[in-house]
Amino acid sequence: MSNSVKMILILTLIACISGGVLSLVYMISSPLIEANMLDEQRKSIFLVVPGAESYEEKMKEDITYFECKDTSGSTVGIALPVQGNGYQGVIKLMVGLTPDLSRITGIKVLEQVETPGLGGRISEDKFQDQFKDVSTKPAVEYVKNQEPEKDTEIRAVTGATISSRSVVAIINKNIQRLSSVL
Amino acid sequence: MAKIDRGDTNAKRRGFSEFAKGFWKENPILVMLLGLCPTLAVTTSAINGLTMGLAVVFVLTGSSLIISVIRNIVPKQVRIPTFIVIIATFVTMVDLFLKAFFLDLSKALGPFIPLIVVNCIILGRAEAFASKNKVWFSLLDALGVSFGFTVTLVVLGGIRELLGMRTFFGMNVLGEGFEPWIVMLLPPGAFITLGFMLGAKNLIDIRMKERKRG
Repeated sequence: MSNSVKMILILTLIACISGGVLSLVYMISSPLIEANMLDEQRKSIFLVVPGAESYEEKMKEDITYFECKDTSGSTVGIALPVQGNGYQGVIKLMVGLTPDLSRITGIKVLEQVETPGLGGRISEDKFQDQFKDVSTKPAVEYVKNQEPEKDTEIRAVTGATISSRSVVAIINKNIQRLSSVL
Repeated sequence: MAKIDRGDTNAKRRGFSEFAKGFWKENPILVMLLGLCPTLAVTTSAINGLTMGLAVVFVLTGSSLIISVIRNIVPKQVRIPTFIVIIATFVTMVDLFLKAFFLDLSKALGPFIPLIVVNCIILGRAEAFASKNKVWFSLLDALGVSFGFTVTLVVLGGIRELLGMRTFFGMNVLGEGFEPWIVMLLPPGAFITLGFMLGAKNLIDIRMKERKRG
């Protein structure tokens, strides 16, 4: 057998075995991965909309949102998955809103790659909890180095104004878009 | 009889040194300075270092084993593509495994798990060792180098986490009185810490050499 034939045969064989092994691993792991993603979504929705017992995925134009209902079947809020640019990369959030979109019931940072220890602190409860009961009319605002006074204000993370501002801007922009189609 | 005995102890001694060299004498980070990109990027905490290290343990051990087994049937002109296919297979397995069972860790490590494919430690051991040595020694070499890598990452991540966030493996160690050094969590912190670790390693080596000389 010439060397070139051997080269082709060996490489093909190894690639085929690899492909086979990988498709097997993928078959086993993909339902688990999907369940993980769904579970994460479910958890974050129930976290940002207190009192929600079930939710339904809805679409208006190109906006996806989740309508949350309590046990009696009445709508208690809306969970809106949003994303936008932060300081270093994309920030993904789940925002909980009252059904009339006038107040935020909670937010949860799902993904971010901000600077650890600075912008990364937008993932801390201390920052996220501030958004509870914040009014969205006319828009959410942030203040620096002082306690918020108005009910539309939250306090930016010290040393991470850009990340904090991004979160506020992403929320405002998407609430506006949603209210324009609802 | 005596001859066989000596052979056995020799093989044992060699096996041990192939395993042990990865921790100190040929430590992939502190001596060979390989795989620095993930080393510097993921070690913002001890747990990230540990996960990255264990992922490398799995990939390096698995790929070294297979590469050593097939070392005599792979024509040398296609050895690099063959190694890469094998390494990529193991890396994809780790990536899927982490996504299925440890989603948070998988998110924290981001693209650095898939990037193990091009980590020079793995290809380096495949090319320099596994493709030339028997399966048993290749296995020991892979385990030694990858655990040496893991220990170094945990130390590096531990120091950065301790000084940057006051915690170690998420446990609060230093208390409120200590103001966190945020720079330790940023890229410069990785370089500073690694620099001190390299310095310390060389200092210890020099001291030991001097002591030996008397």
